[in-house]
Amino acid sequence: MYRYDSYDQSIVDARVDEFRDQVQRRLAGHLTEDQFKPLRLMNGLYLQLHAYMLRVAIPYGTLSSRQMRKLGEIARKYDRGYGHFTTRTNIQYNWIKLADAPDILAELATVEMHAIQTSGNCIRNISSDQYAGVAADEVADPRPWAELLRQWSTFHPEFTYLPRKFKICVIASEDDRAAMRLHDIGLKLVKRGDAIGAEVYAGGGMGRTPMVGPQIRDFVPEDEIVSYLEACLRVYNRYGRRDNKFKARIKILVHELGVEEYKRQVEEEFAHMKTLGLNPPREELDRIRPFFAGPAYEHGLPDAIDRGDLAFALWVDRQVAAHRQPGYAIVNISLKPTGGIPGDASADQIDLIADLAEQYSLDELRVTHAQNLVLPHVRKADLHAIWRKLDEAGLAEANLDLITDIIACPGLDYCSLANARSIPLAQKLSERFASPERQKDLGELKLKISGCINACGHHHAGHIGILGVDRKGVENFQLLLGGSGAEDASLGQITGPGFSEDGVVDAIEKVTDIYLAQREQGERFLDTYRRIGMKPFKEAIYG
Amino acid sequence: MGRTDRQWGGDDFVKILTGNDLGTGDVIWWAGDGWSRQVGDSVDVGERGDELARAEEAALRVVGAYVIDATVTDEGIRPAHIKDRIRALGPTVRPDLTLKPHDADAGNWVI
Repeated sequence: MYRYDSYDQSIVDARVDEFRDQVQRRLAGHLTEDQFKPLRLMNGLYLQLHAYMLRVAIPYGTLSSRQMRKLGEIARKYDRGYGHFTTRTNIQYNWIKLADAPDILAELATVEMHAIQTSGNCIRNISSDQYAGVAADEVADPRPWAELLRQWSTFHPEFTYLPRKFKICVIASEDDRAAMRLHDIGLKLVKRGDAIGAEVYAGGGMGRTPMVGPQIRDFVPEDEIVSYLEACLRVYNRYGRRDNKFKARIKILVHELGVEEYKRQVEEEFAHMKTLGLNPPREELDRIRPFFAGPAYEHGLPDAIDRGDLAFALWVDRQVAAHRQPGYAIVNISLKPTGGIPGDASADQIDLIADLAEQYSLDELRVTHAQNLVLPHVRKADLHAIWRKLDEAGLAEANLDLITDIIACPGLDYCSLANARSIPLAQKLSERFASPERQKDLGELKLKISGCINACGHHHAGHIGILGVDRKGVENFQLLLGGSGAEDASLGQITGPGFSEDGVVDAIEKVTDIYLAQREQGERFLDTYRRIGMKPFKEAIYG
Repeated sequence: MGRTDRQWGGDDFVKILTGNDLGTGDVIWWAGDGWSRQVGDSVDVGERGDELARAEEAALRVVGAYVIDATVTDEGIRPAHIKDRIRALGPTVRPDLTLKPHDADAGNWVI
């Protein structure tokens, strides 16, 4: 894992001191809320439905056990004993007191964490593949580039006041586990001969105008990735619409200019950038890369897993993924228990997972955009012990990528922007489809719920998506089918009129019944939908 | 809480003032002579809401204050919009963190 150098640490520490002073001035009345609001947002502190909410960045979703333990400590000491892992692989605390915020940031700084740029019209936390560094099919670990981009984008003076927020994702595998093409810019590392570079996609995103990002470059050499992104951002910063918040994201610019014209302008700017010599020195990437070198794996470990315990075997089949190192496995920890709140973890659970990471996963864990956690380096011989401990803590649900592995935003239970509650609906759906046999029969089925058009719950990218809306003060839910955030990215289509909370649960059951009746050998729900289209589903839902 | 003439005008649709405590972030309601964490303590602010909000924000007692519609029911005052009812109660998915932690059906109040 990357470790801060003195420069990283000093700028984070300085930011804590600065914010402490700003909070004191606010509480003393020397700053009005209008003056203070942009300052607190720059430090991830929102005023939400019930209280202040702090969003803490987890760069590219990677954490050490020490950092995870600190997140649990903060939940216990400053919040109400839990945190919420988000679709941006961050963690949010929902009950923060303003006067405590500087102390929390100071505690985070002791473990090389912060909340900088988790809000505002700037480059947000860089996201990546939760299997980075251990996926068999990746061309390189994408995290050194993600870290380089983190450093480049942190406090970048030119990109601190963009037209709108900006999200970047870096992956390095054919399998897209990070919804790369639904980011403002997506990078996919590829090889050309022996050279590493990146395919670049621009103008993807969800929200009220969802777009799958088109490719704008098939190869940018690795040494030029930063200056190419600088060119992408410059064109956006220059021409992105600042007159209308709802049309200010880069996807609108790319759409309105047209992909070819946007590409042309970026290439022109890129050519100019090259003359300025602004690429970071190769030595910096070379300095970063060893932090992500494979950990000290043991060799000669057995690959066999004792499957004598049936419940354990079912969990292994669903939650454990192949690791590229013989004798090791990747463990996915579900934060989606039946009837639970997707992404929530108690302080005790956070502590336990930190302990497991330390004892069994070479001190490392990951957060996924699907609001689950990953132990990336587990000896297969330790799987049973881990499963037992997870089971005791209510964390051994075996539902990865199944219908109850639901992404849900905080919704109207917590969020001041939301129009409807996402979580109670997720709970009802997970209870309706709780049967393991039924889930297994349905197979891969990604269900995603957003409580408003901002789409934090990724409903556009759900095989089945749900969007909560406000119908004259009453919650109503639109149903979408056919979305995907994976390498076969697509946007879901609305089925028709919306439903009540119970109505949409029933409608989804009808949708799954159609799938079961019409699927062909080996087809996932999404495959069947793409083959037979919307019509049979609509007929089943609306009669 | 029953309706009293001191608190309410002649119409069952009233205006109440809410916001968050500046320091703690807690949801608070204007109770006539100060702020309360119980929506049931709210009083009708009539046309004085915006003026009250400005004064209380200037006094550092509240942040993000705004006026909402509410109705008066037999069980007390109830914000007109679901969002404000959830603000008044707490997250419906965590009854233990609401103002009625021992009432398992408290969430129904917001619907």
